Amino acid sequence: MKVLLGLAGLVGFGVLLEIAPRAGLVSARYAPPTSDILATLGEQLRRDEFWVAVLDTLRTWLLGLVIAIALGVVLGVFIGSVPVLRAATASTIEFLRPIPSVALIPLVVVLYGSTIEATLILVVYAAFWQVLIQTLAGVADIDPVAADTARSYHLNRWARIRWLIWPTALPYVVTGIRLAATVALILTITGELVIGSPGLGQEIAGARTSGAVPMMYALIVVTGLFGVAANVLTRAAERRALAWHPSVRLEVQVPA
Amino acid sequence: MIKRILLAVTMPVVLLAVWWFASAGSTDFYFPPLRRILETFPETWFGPRMVDDVLPSLARLAIGYAAALCVGIALGMLIGANRTLRAVVEPLLEFLRAVPPPVLVPILMLMAGIGDLMKVLVIVSGCLWPILLNTVEGVRAVDEVLTDTCRSYRIRGRLRVWHLMVRSASPQIVAGARQALSIGIILMVISEMFAASSGIGFTVIQFKDGFRIPQMWSGVLLLGLLGVLLALLFRLVERRVLGWYHGIRAVQKER
Amino acid sequence: MLTVKGLSKTYDAKGRRVEAIGDVSFDVADGEFVCVVGPSGCGKTTLLRCIAGLLPPTSGEIVVEGRKVDGPPDGLAVVFQEYGRSLFPWLRVRDNVDLPLRAAGMGKAKRRELVTEALDAVGLADAHAAYPWQLSGGMQQRVAIARAIAYQPRVLLMDEPFAAVDAQTRADLEDLIRSVWQRLGVTLLFVTHDIDESVYLGQRVVMLSSSPTTVAEDLAIDLPAARDQLATRSDPRFTELRGQVYAQIQKAKQERT
Repeated sequence: MKVLLGLAGLVGFGVLLEIAPRAGLVSARYAPPTSDILATLGEQLRRDEFWVAVLDTLRTWLLGLVIAIALGVVLGVFIGSVPVLRAATASTIEFLRPIPSVALIPLVVVLYGSTIEATLILVVYAAFWQVLIQTLAGVADIDPVAADTARSYHLNRWARIRWLIWPTALPYVVTGIRLAATVALILTITGELVIGSPGLGQEIAGARTSGAVPMMYALIVVTGLFGVAANVLTRAAERRALAWHPSVRLEVQVPA
Repeated sequence: MIKRILLAVTMPVVLLAVWWFASAGSTDFYFPPLRRILETFPETWFGPRMVDDVLPSLARLAIGYAAALCVGIALGMLIGANRTLRAVVEPLLEFLRAVPPPVLVPILMLMAGIGDLMKVLVIVSGCLWPILLNTVEGVRAVDEVLTDTCRSYRIRGRLRVWHLMVRSASPQIVAGARQALSIGIILMVISEMFAASSGIGFTVIQFKDGFRIPQMWSGVLLLGLLGVLLALLFRLVERRVLGWYHGIRAVQKER
Repeated sequence: MLTVKGLSKTYDAKGRRVEAIGDVSFDVADGEFVCVVGPSGCGKTTLLRCIAGLLPPTSGEIVVEGRKVDGPPDGLAVVFQEYGRSLFPWLRVRDNVDLPLRAAGMGKAKRRELVTEALDAVGLADAHAAYPWQLSGGMQQRVAIARAIAYQPRVLLMDEPFAAVDAQTRADLEDLIRSVWQRLGVTLLFVTHDIDESVYLGQRVVMLSSSPTTVAEDLAIDLPAARDQLATRSDPRFTELRGQVYAQIQKAKQERT
C-alpha cells in the first residue's frame, strides 16, 4: 500500500510537470514537459559521450570517496586512540571543518586547471571531514570497561585496534561513509559544473550554454538517480554494520 | 582548565606559524607569503567591497536560509502529521533531496535570470530538503503520551503546534538546519561564481581570472572565516534552542 | 457523577481481534475516591483512556457529569503513569503547570495564582524554575499532579501514577493524593495494580477480572477517612479488606489460566 502511494506520488509529480507546460502554466522553454525529458534521456542512453560522462563522474566520485575514507579512518583511529593528540587536534578540527569546500575552488583551478585532479581535491576535502568526525566519535565511544579489560590482558596496540577499537568504531565509520558519499557526489557535480572538469556536471553546463533545456533536465535526473543509489546502498551497508552492534550511535553532523 | 586551553590553542598556532615561516620567503607565484595575504586582506575586503560584495552575499544567504527554514518547517509539519500524505510524497522527496543542489543553479538561471532572485531561490531550493525531511522525521516521533496530555488538557491550535509539534521536533529540525547551512554557503558561493556582477564568489573568481593571487587567497580565507563564524553562530543559537535537549542527554548519561 | 455502562473495547491486531475489555459497568459518585485494581494486562489503561475520551469504545457508553464522552470531556484531568513523557521537557516546571491554563484562555494574574497554589500544594514551590528532567521521578510526578490541580478539574483520572517511583516516595505521594482529594473535593478515579495502595487510598475498590475484562467485585472500603501510613496499614480491618481484594484478584488470574 505504502509503495503504491509513493509510486502514485512520483507519477503524479511527473504528470504535473507534463501538464503544466502543455497547458501553458509555465513556459516550456525552461520547464519542458516530462515526456520530452524522458525522450531526451532515452536518446542520451544511446550516446557514447553520455556514458563517458557518467563514467567520469563515477570515477571522480568513487576515487574521491575512497581516498577520503582511507585518510579519515586512518587519521581518525590514530588521533582517537592517542588522548594527547585528540585533545590537541580537537580545536583545529572544529575550526577547519566548517570551512566551506567551495572556498577552495579558485585555488585548485589556478593550480590544476579544469582537470579531474582539481575536482578530486574538493571532493576529498569535503568528504574527509565526514569520515574523520564519525571515526573520532566512534573511537571515543569505546566502553571503558572493555578498554580496561584489554589493558589488563596486555593486548598490544595492533590487537587493541583490531579487537577493540575497530569493532566499536565500525558503525560510526559506516555512517560517516554514508554522509561522505552524499557530500562527495555534491562536490563532484559542483566541480564539474563550475571548474569544468569532465563528467555529468560539465555536460549540464554545456547543455545550458547551447540551450538544450530538455537535455539539461535529463542529466539532472541522472544525477538525482546517482544520489538515490548512493543513499540506498550506504543505508543498507549501515544496517548491516549495525545489525551486530547493539549500541545506539548518533550522527555527528558535519557541514560539507 | 589552563591545560585544556593550552592544548586547544597550541595546534592552530603551530599550524599558522608553519604556514607563516614556510611561505615567508616564497617566490612561488601561486603560494605568496602568508604575510602578503594578510596584508591584502583588510584593503581587499574592508573597503567598498564590504558593502558591494560581502554584505549582499550574506543578505542573500540570510534571506534564502530563513525562507527555507519557514517553508521547510511548515511543510514538514503538514507532511509529518498526515500519514497518507507522507506515504505519497516520501519517495518523491527522497529523490529531490538526492539531486545535488548545485545543478539547480543552471535551471533557476533559466527561470529567474541571474539577479538576486535567482540566487536566493537557489539557496532556498537547496536548503529546503534537509530541513523539510528532518522536520517530517521529528514530527513523526512526537511522544504519544505528550499527545494524549495535550488532548486531555485541551491544548490546541497555536499552543499545540508550537509546544507539541515544533518543540518536539526541534532536535531533528536543528540537525536539518545545520546541514542546510553548509549547503547554503556552498550555493551562495556557486551561484555567484556562475553568473553575477557582485558577491564574494564573483569577486574571488575575478581575482583568479586576473591572476591577483594574494587577493584570491584572501578571498579563500574570507570564505573560510565566514564558514567558521556562521558555524559558531549556529552553535550559539542551538545551545539556546536545544538547551533542554542537551540537558536531558547529560542526565541520561550520568545514570 | 461518572458512569461507565456496558463498555467494551476490541482491537484489530493484524487481522486478529483482541478483546481488551469485555463488558464493564460501574458508577462513581460526585466527590468519591474510587480505585480500580486488576491483574496486569487486564486493560486498566485501556479503560482509563476510554473514560478520558482518548480512545473510542467499541460499544457501550461513558457519561461524565451528564454528558456522553466522545472526546476529552470538560473539567476532566488525567495524570499519566509515564510522568517523564507527559511533561514538556522544554518547559520549566511552572510553565508546564501553566500551559493548560493558557490554553483555556485564563488571565495572567489568575494563572499565576493557580500555578503558585498548585506547586505549593505538592511541595514544589522552590522548584518552579527547574526543568522537569532536572527533578527526581517522584518530583516529576508531583509536577504532573500540580498541573492537574491547577487545572481545577471536577473529575481526576490517575493511571498507575506511582508505579515507577520508589516505595518511600510512593507512600508520600499517596498521602499527598489523599489530602489533595479531601481539599478539592474532586471525583477521583485511581487505577493501580497495587492491592495495598488501592485499599489504602480508596473509598471503594472496583476489581477487574482478567481480559476480556469485566467487573469482578465492587468493594466498599469502610476505613476511617483519616488515613495514616502506619496506623491504617496496621488496622486489622485493612488487613482483612486487603485479603479480600487479594483473593479476588487471585481468582481472576486463575480463571484465565
